[in-house]
Amino acid sequence: MGSVSFGQYSYVAILGFVLLGCLWLEVALRTRVLRRWRRLLLAIAPALVLFAIWDVYAIAQGHWWFDPDLILGIHLPGELPLDEVLFFIAIPVASILTLEAVRSVKSHWRVGDEPLDEVGQ
Amino acid sequence: MTYTQLAVGSVVAVVLIDLWVLRTRMVTRAVFWSSYAIIFFFQLVTNGMFTGFGVVKYDGDSIIGETSPAVGPPPFLGEGRIAYAPVEDLMFGFALILLTIALWVFWGRRGVQRTPVAGPPVWRRSPAEGNQV
Repeated sequence: MGSVSFGQYSYVAILGFVLLGCLWLEVALRTRVLRRWRRLLLAIAPALVLFAIWDVYAIAQGHWWFDPDLILGIHLPGELPLDEVLFFIAIPVASILTLEAVRSVKSHWRVGDEPLDEVGQ
Repeated sequence: MTYTQLAVGSVVAVVLIDLWVLRTRMVTRAVFWSSYAIIFFFQLVTNGMFTGFGVVKYDGDSIIGETSPAVGPPPFLGEGRIAYAPVEDLMFGFALILLTIALWVFWGRRGVQRTPVAGPPVWRRSPAEGNQV
């Protein structure tokens, strides 16, 4: 089998696939998410902390583990692979880009952050 | 606690946060479920790559299914797995996605970079451009 091997970059290559699949929305659907980077950081940070704690607990309990040949090999305290931290950035960015892309197309749908005078509640 | 228990608990906790702590009520909105439907497809593909290629492996005592095999992919479907990944991963992902989106909307509602708003897509004229024609 002439299968392509990404070796220690396998994990981040999958994250690259995720970003490849969504970053074009910023241009094509004018999502303007990356331009609003302060709001983006405030949305990502709390979830990143909570899920990193869960991750450290799960690794310590042996719920899951990573193939050492397929990750970068850089670990944060708690045996947390750097790749996992990048996951908790890439997936939220992709999610918010998707939400704003749907809003871009469905501009009449209420999202919940409209100014109060424009919404019924 | 097992991964199964934590995964179910996280979904319940984040839904409660969305409804009654942040009061963003994303789970009551078409825009959220339409977005999640798109995300769900890519979630299956991404989870499938992580688990199918064996980047991440799971302990059978902590999930519904069996321990990931040392060599080769786990079952594609069945034994608690969907597209190679434990169903728990879908719940983990849902909790992460809902919490992030609810926080994004929460900060926007608080006035943090509510603008510039999204849209319109490049293939549509903006209202301002339309008026000039």
